[in-house]
Amino acid sequence: MSTTTPASPTEAVVTDAGGRATQPRRARFRLSGWTRLLWPAVALALILLFNFIRTPNFFQLDVVNGQLRGYVITILDLGTPVMLLALGMTLVIATGGIDLSVGAVMAITGAVASVLIVRPPDSALSAVNLGGSMTAIFAFSLGIALLCGLWNGVLVALVGIQPIIATLILMVSGRGVAQLITAGQIVNPRDPSFAFLAGGTLFMLPFTITLVAAMALIALVLTRGTALGLFLESVGNNPRASRYSGVNARLVKLLAYVFSGFCAGLAGLIATADIMAADANNTGLYLELDAILAVSIGGTALTGGRFSLAGSLIGALVIQSLTTTLLAQDVQREVDLMIKAGVVIVVCLLQSETFRARLVRAVRRTPA
Amino acid sequence: MSDAPLAYYAPASRIRRRPVWVPTRQQVPFLATAVVCAVLYALAGYFYPVFFSPRVVVNLLNDNAHLGIVAVGLTFVMLSGGIDLSVGSVVGCTGIALGVLITRHDVHPLLAIAIVLAGGVLLGTAMGSLIHFFDLPAFLVTLAGLFFCRGLALVISRESIQISHPFYDTLAGLTIPLTGRVVLPFPAIVFLLVLVVGIYVALFTRFGRNTYAIGGSESSALLMGLPVGRTKIGMYALSGFCAALGGAVFTIYKGSGNALDGTGMELDAIAAVVVGGTLLVGGIGQIAGTLLGVLIFAIIGLGIMFDGRLTTWWTRIALGLLLLAFILLQKLLQFGKGAED
Repeated sequence: MSTTTPASPTEAVVTDAGGRATQPRRARFRLSGWTRLLWPAVALALILLFNFIRTPNFFQLDVVNGQLRGYVITILDLGTPVMLLALGMTLVIATGGIDLSVGAVMAITGAVASVLIVRPPDSALSAVNLGGSMTAIFAFSLGIALLCGLWNGVLVALVGIQPIIATLILMVSGRGVAQLITAGQIVNPRDPSFAFLAGGTLFMLPFTITLVAAMALIALVLTRGTALGLFLESVGNNPRASRYSGVNARLVKLLAYVFSGFCAGLAGLIATADIMAADANNTGLYLELDAILAVSIGGTALTGGRFSLAGSLIGALVIQSLTTTLLAQDVQREVDLMIKAGVVIVVCLLQSETFRARLVRAVRRTPA
Repeated sequence: MSDAPLAYYAPASRIRRRPVWVPTRQQVPFLATAVVCAVLYALAGYFYPVFFSPRVVVNLLNDNAHLGIVAVGLTFVMLSGGIDLSVGSVVGCTGIALGVLITRHDVHPLLAIAIVLAGGVLLGTAMGSLIHFFDLPAFLVTLAGLFFCRGLALVISRESIQISHPFYDTLAGLTIPLTGRVVLPFPAIVFLLVLVVGIYVALFTRFGRNTYAIGGSESSALLMGLPVGRTKIGMYALSGFCAALGGAVFTIYKGSGNALDGTGMELDAIAAVVVGGTLLVGGIGQIAGTLLGVLIFAIIGLGIMFDGRLTTWWTRIALGLLLLAFILLQKLLQFGKGAED
């Protein structure tokens, strides 16, 4: 247990490395916490190395207008929506679920915030007047995101619907709701504090990075500093057994979906502030897939039962740096999609016990 | 069944006599769908009497033929408890491939359609094999299929391609006269054909029965000696075939191919299958139910269009709510099963 539920992922490496030294006869191909973080990190390192060879000034950082600038910062900055989604998705997947609605929730949240700022006359939210207070507007939009998460959570945890389908409902109708809120228009919210969300600078870094770091810290403390992480894993492993041993499995699941909704809301605000437009059709389109991909690259088993927040963040960075790299190499965006498909399959195969067993057998047979 | 030995000792009054006809668990979701479809149709007809004209009925079928064809293939996968997210991008990829083959490379449409159908089958087989042999989650593998096909489609051509070929025009002009002025257009003919073949395959062939068996319980099917692997791979291949056929029919319907066709269609198709009464855990459902699911989708869409006050995005919201209603119904049915067991 001490190796599978460490206090923090970084500690996991240390504990495990120590564990390996004292117990050399551990099963070689089991995905322990250490290899789970190793593979995504290796993938990320390879991509960065490739970039470094092609673009020698890749790791160069400059200070422009009091903000650090450079390729690495850009990748981090662009990757924040997927990183946020991946944080929430990790906890949901840890409980054995999945949240397909995050893209739609992003669109809804972005639409709500923009409409509250611009206040167009024909919107479904025209009656809501928050007096132009940005704090109230942020709180209101994130509250809507929480509600979306709660809706998913109730369907999955209380009604007992399969997660794929329960969240599919919001995925299908969510963009319709977002359209309803913006009345089918693309709303352009022009507000300095809203713009700060995507373009602002804090601690010499883009504000988005600070935001993600804060959310990651909160998630880490909540899951690894308290028993919540253990509960999430036990619910993912066996909900019935955890209920019998006194874990409120339903509440744990519900909380995971609510957290995912909140993360999606934040990502939606960033994505909307980034382009200064609430586009109900395109905000966060296909990002749920990116988030799931990030989580599975990060070594979180899609069957639930164990998770790695750090892994998911690295996974999101792998995806973002891959995309940025391909764009920088003038590879068409379309090929990017095909490469992503390849990555999904390779990651799946590496995670598959059956595949690894076959691979081991094949390797053992050849040298005799 | 389990009551039988007990009935020997039970007083006569406790022996339950079976009524003349009660719907089985297989039939209840289907019946519910049929009722919803009939009610929606009647409502639509009440507000817009034009719905009752045969031409509108034919149009409902024709305008959604591609979705229906895709959904029939998907029904098989979902009957077995799997899922196929790649269908929408296969439709787009097929359309653009047909456009390029026929218009730019002067391939005969029949050969071109054969090529894309083979491509669909190949993709389905590949995904099915990955899912079966390596125990990979169907969700992720077909997600990769979605990425791959959309990427491939956009690599083939970003622009929409007009397809004009005498043979294509002949196909598009093929109709079956129904009444004096109403004809059944070609896409609708293909849809109905696929539907009939689908019902036959599901109910009267080994492949179909194996699909139901795997959906009921994969391990039981395996222990009974059923060819689980072959069937699983086969139905993903079938879904790929149907998706490619749906894409081909869509090009005939539109007269052009576009790499972005079918974006999000996988969700519409899944929704149609679920609303059509196929239980998500697999094992229960009908191909005919999928027809009803597609019709419900079509009626809502057309009704909202006729209304004019509501905008098209209400279709999505209504579909989502309907999806929820049906899943709750299914949940109730499952609850009944749990209580019986």
